[in-house]
Amino acid sequence: MQNISKVCVVGAGAIGSLFIGHLGTLVETTVLTRRETHARDLIKKGLRVSGKSQITAKIHASTDPAQLGDADLIILATKATAVAASAATLRGHFPNAKLLLVQNGLGCEETVHQHGDWPLISGVTFMSGVKHSDTHVEYELDTPTWIGPWAEHGAPFDFVKEVAALINRSGLKAEAYEDLLPHQWSKLIFNSAVNSIGAITNLPHIKSFAEQDQLSDLGHLVFAMMAEGKHIAEARGVVIAGDPWKMNVQAVSHGQSGGDEYGHVTSMLDDVRNRRPTEVDWITGSIVREAQKAGVSAPYHETLYRLVKAHETSWQREPNQ
Amino acid sequence: MRICIIGCGAIGSLFGAHLGRLDNVEVWAYDPYQAHVDAINANGLRLTGKSDFVAKLNARSDAAEIPPCEFGIIAAKTLHTRSAMEATAHLFTDGAVCSVQNGVGNEEIIAEYVPRVITGTTFPAGHITAPGVCNQDTGGSTWIGPFAPKPASMDEVTRLAEACQRADLDVIALEDARGAQWTKLIFNSASNAMGALTRLPHGVACDQSGVRAVMSELAKEGVAVADALGIELDGDPDEMIDHGREVAYNHKPSMLQDVEAERPTEIDALNAGIAEIGRKVGVPCPLNEAVAGMIKGLEHSWTLES
Repeated sequence: MQNISKVCVVGAGAIGSLFIGHLGTLVETTVLTRRETHARDLIKKGLRVSGKSQITAKIHASTDPAQLGDADLIILATKATAVAASAATLRGHFPNAKLLLVQNGLGCEETVHQHGDWPLISGVTFMSGVKHSDTHVEYELDTPTWIGPWAEHGAPFDFVKEVAALINRSGLKAEAYEDLLPHQWSKLIFNSAVNSIGAITNLPHIKSFAEQDQLSDLGHLVFAMMAEGKHIAEARGVVIAGDPWKMNVQAVSHGQSGGDEYGHVTSMLDDVRNRRPTEVDWITGSIVREAQKAGVSAPYHETLYRLVKAHETSWQREPNQ
Repeated sequence: MRICIIGCGAIGSLFGAHLGRLDNVEVWAYDPYQAHVDAINANGLRLTGKSDFVAKLNARSDAAEIPPCEFGIIAAKTLHTRSAMEATAHLFTDGAVCSVQNGVGNEEIIAEYVPRVITGTTFPAGHITAPGVCNQDTGGSTWIGPFAPKPASMDEVTRLAEACQRADLDVIALEDARGAQWTKLIFNSASNAMGALTRLPHGVACDQSGVRAVMSELAKEGVAVADALGIELDGDPDEMIDHGREVAYNHKPSMLQDVEAERPTEIDALNAGIAEIGRKVGVPCPLNEAVAGMIKGLEHSWTLES
């Protein structure tokens, strides 16, 4: 079982940092960062995890993959928008590694595959963290990460199970599935509606997303968009694992001790508020592309995809133009 | 002839100032914005931009000080139709009130308060630049006609149109003004909603990949509802969208202006209005409903603590 003795994490945002901190206590863990200062701080101070776990892990970090040696497992944890650049950096390195992707949406596997022959593991993560600094992350939601071999060039399922076991031993949660697509699609459909509608309406994921009383209640749109997503999954031959609408209703109806209007600020809304490019191409956009492949129409996804893309343009324009 | 402008914002100011220049028309204006009212009474109402003159008007923020009028021209935001009519209904116990507001649903509210109602659709646009000063941004025509359940007589409609024409306002009296109303409504439902949701001026929004197509889909739903109502449109809303891109590329539709200022929008009279009427006549309007839901969501977001 102890075949994985060296892990390299690429991208030390909140999700990446959670992996680094937890795995760093079990196996030799290295980090490939984008910024020199980030690598230097991690080497000097280690990575501290607070919240649901209390850990400080000692790690090695660099901006140059040649300085990190080989690894058994690479965890690519950048945002989807940075995957192409990260994969280009990895090209020609880590010849014996298998690579786990934990981005939102669909399509990152193809991008990575263009840069190297690493067997790939697809992942869908539900855990969340808050990055307080380059060397401190708070472990917030301790929900699991689902992983499975990529259909086209995947790591063997036995290895995937080992990865899941390692993640579980480290204090995080993981579940291995031979066929991840049904799970990927459930979350994709959920994310697509909740993220893009949130990005356009400036709303965190609050109970309005499940309200369907009045004609203009937002729940109608969320429901219709998820129904459209389910229809597209079906047309692509995927039987989804869980009902995204139930996930939506559940997500807005618990943990609201802070009042009726407490809600999670989704990553796409966070990007919009900070005027960063969003992951809409991989989330809502991927469903639009899947619908095209299946030859079915997707008016809701098409509309929301176009709206978010156009909205991104609005903050690239000069004021008063 | 005595006319009261109800709601003396940009559109109300354009009508009020033009009519105020006529010798045989006495113009009053009701508006709750006291600084604007005071400036108009002290210095007259000034138009700049496409028009450039000052007109004398009697402005009041308390409608009790206004004498009974033959006509009212209501140009309040659709959100304020009811409160504006509640304040001024007593002026029109034997008068007719003409709406030059956006969207659908205003006339029904007005009809609850006055004996005779006129439907109107207006294209000129402007904005208030200072108390007592309105810049006219664009010119254009206005179409007015009797509102069916509680109609003004065609004779009344014609007299109001003629007074406006003498004041250099291009106002056209029609037996059925619903075609004009719905044409502009459908155009607005596409351009305003997409401008507000993308936060982009009309022409820029049109040029974003896929956005223009969504505008056409929105317009198609509106046209289907108009068809079901037996309304003959007097123009092609889709062509108006392209025309708007040509002549007003950087114009921010009023709903975008509202969103930027975090003010309640006129969504109930536009996309939500179309969707609601669509439900009544059995024409599905999924995109208009979706847009209405998102604008309402956006309005709701301003009430949340950040």
